[in-house]
Amino acid sequence: MPGGNLPKFGVSALKYAVLAIFAVLLAFPFYWMLIATFKQNIDLYNTDNNPFIFNLPPTLDHLKLLFLETRYVRWLGNTALVGVIVVFITLALSLPAAYALARLTGQWGQRMGIGIFLTYLIPPTLLFIPLSRIVAVLGLQDTIWSLVLVYPSFTIPFSVWLLMGFFKSIPRELEDAAMVDGLTRFGAFFRLVVPISTSGILTVVIFTFTLVTQEFVYALTFISPESQQMVGVGIPIFLVRGDVYFWGSLMAACLITSLPIALLYNIFLDRFIAGFTVGAIK
Amino acid sequence: MAVDDRKVGVFMFLPAVAYIVLLIGAPLVLAVLYAFSDARIGSVGFHFVGLENFRSILQSPSFRAALRNSVVFTVSSQIIVIVASSILSIVLEAPFRGRKFVRFLILLPWVAPISLGAIGWKWILDSIYSVITWVLVWAHIFKPYSAPMWLGEPGLAMASVVLVHSWRLIPFSTVILLAGRTSIPKEVPEAASIDGAGFWRTEFLINVPMMAPIISVAVLFGTIFTFTDMIVVYILTAGGPFDSTQVLPSLAFATGIQGSDLAAGAAISLFLVPVLIVIAYFMLRVAYRAEVA
Amino acid sequence: MAVVEIRNLTKVFKAGTPGAVNNINLETKEGEFLVLLGPSGSGKTTLLRMIAGLETPTSGEIRIGGGVVNNLTPRERGIAMVFQSYALYPHLSVRENIVFPLKAQKVPKAQHQQKVDWAAGLLGIEKLLDRKPRQLSGGERQRVALARAIVREPRVFLLDEPLSNLDAKLRASAREELEQFHSRIRTTTIYVTHDQVEAMAMGDRIVVLHQGEVRQIGSPKEVYDDPADTFVATFLGAPPMNLLEFSDVIVGFRPESFLPIDLLGASGTAKFRYKVNYVEYLGAERLLYGAIEGGRFESKEIVSRLSWTMTATYDPGSVHEFAVTESDLRFFDRHSQKRTHPRPFPWQ
Repeated sequence: MPGGNLPKFGVSALKYAVLAIFAVLLAFPFYWMLIATFKQNIDLYNTDNNPFIFNLPPTLDHLKLLFLETRYVRWLGNTALVGVIVVFITLALSLPAAYALARLTGQWGQRMGIGIFLTYLIPPTLLFIPLSRIVAVLGLQDTIWSLVLVYPSFTIPFSVWLLMGFFKSIPRELEDAAMVDGLTRFGAFFRLVVPISTSGILTVVIFTFTLVTQEFVYALTFISPESQQMVGVGIPIFLVRGDVYFWGSLMAACLITSLPIALLYNIFLDRFIAGFTVGAIK
Repeated sequence: MAVDDRKVGVFMFLPAVAYIVLLIGAPLVLAVLYAFSDARIGSVGFHFVGLENFRSILQSPSFRAALRNSVVFTVSSQIIVIVASSILSIVLEAPFRGRKFVRFLILLPWVAPISLGAIGWKWILDSIYSVITWVLVWAHIFKPYSAPMWLGEPGLAMASVVLVHSWRLIPFSTVILLAGRTSIPKEVPEAASIDGAGFWRTEFLINVPMMAPIISVAVLFGTIFTFTDMIVVYILTAGGPFDSTQVLPSLAFATGIQGSDLAAGAAISLFLVPVLIVIAYFMLRVAYRAEVA
Repeated sequence: MAVVEIRNLTKVFKAGTPGAVNNINLETKEGEFLVLLGPSGSGKTTLLRMIAGLETPTSGEIRIGGGVVNNLTPRERGIAMVFQSYALYPHLSVRENIVFPLKAQKVPKAQHQQKVDWAAGLLGIEKLLDRKPRQLSGGERQRVALARAIVREPRVFLLDEPLSNLDAKLRASAREELEQFHSRIRTTTIYVTHDQVEAMAMGDRIVVLHQGEVRQIGSPKEVYDDPADTFVATFLGAPPMNLLEFSDVIVGFRPESFLPIDLLGASGTAKFRYKVNYVEYLGAERLLYGAIEGGRFESKEIVSRLSWTMTATYDPGSVHEFAVTESDLRFFDRHSQKRTHPRPFPWQ
């Protein structure tokens, strides 16, 4: 076996040990969130108790508080709404753009594609100050519509890049055949390429949605009222009263919000990597 | 390519380009303008003040600390990330039972929203209730109530920020390196093995050079994600204690939004640009090399 | 002394499924060019990789130079391998590629230069030493792969279909280079291919493999003229041997043996009425595709190969008297598919 000058058994054991250590270190905070979600406050806030186990029976109090007495559900709703609309805007703009760049503009198109991708590297922490002004001037301050307007600015570049790679893998002959059969170029795109690209489109939908849920800077900057906030900002900022954090509910919120995103991500991971590395891997 | 096609093509990507120009290009220009002005939140017009903003922030100790911290945090976390993800990508390469589940666990820090991961760590590093403290006390390394304040002492707070950044980026980097590793044609390491190369020689003289473009991508993205991030600092320490964990983006936020001084905030955030340009340059080089090869 | 010996070698990838390699026994002769020939899935590459140490056998023994090597890593076996894709190190120059095994085996640095020059000279690539693999043509890459393999002076060369990635034009000249290379070096070589023309042209002996088993080992002439079973008979030679199935025997004859009766004479031949369906003109020869009239073989396609010197016309639809010399007939047992002794032709 390649690289085999280490004793076989020792290597396996070492491998599993390393994996275990990393898996624990990386996933530990989530285990922690899980425990804290169900631990009674008396147990949670008692430094004499072993924090890794339930010293008192688990409780649903934190969950009740989270869902019934905070705006968590409202934040989830806001985020979902913004997510859905931004997904539509993103698809509407990136699909044709990606197609045009993949098919229609040759060398130039490749360069523009890289250009678009590079804009993805311009961070929110550079643009948020002027954007806050623009948002205020447009009267969108403190509403979710400010985010609906601004979020596509970073979901579109990434989606265009992802879809470009995807379209390039569809053989050109398909569209050529369609055009010989009488469709215009745009017709071929709309009626042929889009329907067979469902997997690419699905990937864009998932990643756009996750990008929206993970965003923090713009939401924090543009929106102040608690009821209009997104879930990523609401949880760390508003689950406090004065100086006191509701750790149990906080951890519950973190866990409940993170897990679905984690599951979705895992399913589409390979596409995601392609989006980052197309070009670097041949 | 038919001329007609070209027209349709332009028509098809214009909306996306327009959106980007309007919502990225325009604010970028505005940021530069603000940096040279005296704009404040609530002020109506603004006047050109030349390099005044830059002069004053360059003299400010907060700014100097933030600049230094930005660099230190980014470099330290990148080193940790590269070492850890290299090891992980070697270990994860060969299939084994439960690999999908392990991958799921390992990915968690990256897929969870940054703010939520950060707040989780805030609880773990809490000065009183920290589980780390509990374990250390239990192991008799510290006496109860005498454990260090992980987020309260400058040195430890800085280490904590670097830790959280590394924790978040290791999965991302691992996944990219793994992709790079699997793209090496199987026959090349086999040839090396037949030629007599052992594990280390194959790894450093064959695999790593062949993965160089991918490693670059992982490092470049990791650097950007760390350097331009304000969330970890904002949530963990809000820049404290005493500016020891302040970084450029969080300082820009504190100054521009919380402090209402748009101009100074913009000026601070512009200091991100040189680093971004350098990174963009290297990314283009990687892309160019890949096309030529 | 046999250099490579395989004893009862078996490889099963998934328990319960048929093995990729089943109980193979094999011995190479010193300095020979041994070809492992078979269709895809025949186990030839798996066998080669087990000899190299890249796959672990499920059971059985592999010996190189007399010693059992089952537990040795590839680097310890004294072998060299050329892969289908050549597997050159893309980031190293040609020179660095060739030096790599010397460094890995801790050969003293003083000897590097001389060995590289020797290997490069042997393959005529001295001018390419400073280039990178991506700047080389397919044939040049093969030469570099060979140089890298030979520089360690291994006991055995293993080649895994090195010509299949080359385009047709290049293949012939690359094949010739390989043959010349072997005659210069005379290291025992095991060569895997699915191309029976390559096997016949290059091999000193051919091991015909099918579904993980050895069907026949022999010189090109032996496997062609005296096939051990119907698989070998039809795998070697294109177009393949014509086979006629009777109740307990299968009779075979090669297209080049199936000729107009006026060329062979009436005595000592089996005679047929042959209806030609269509003709392929290939320059140096013609191929006739047709069927035997008046019997149960009317739907079976029989091929005849006529050299260019046979100038008679054969129009599609015409019927002619064809024959096969009896000594050119091959007989196979219908049930076991294996070769049996000659007997009188069962028909007419």
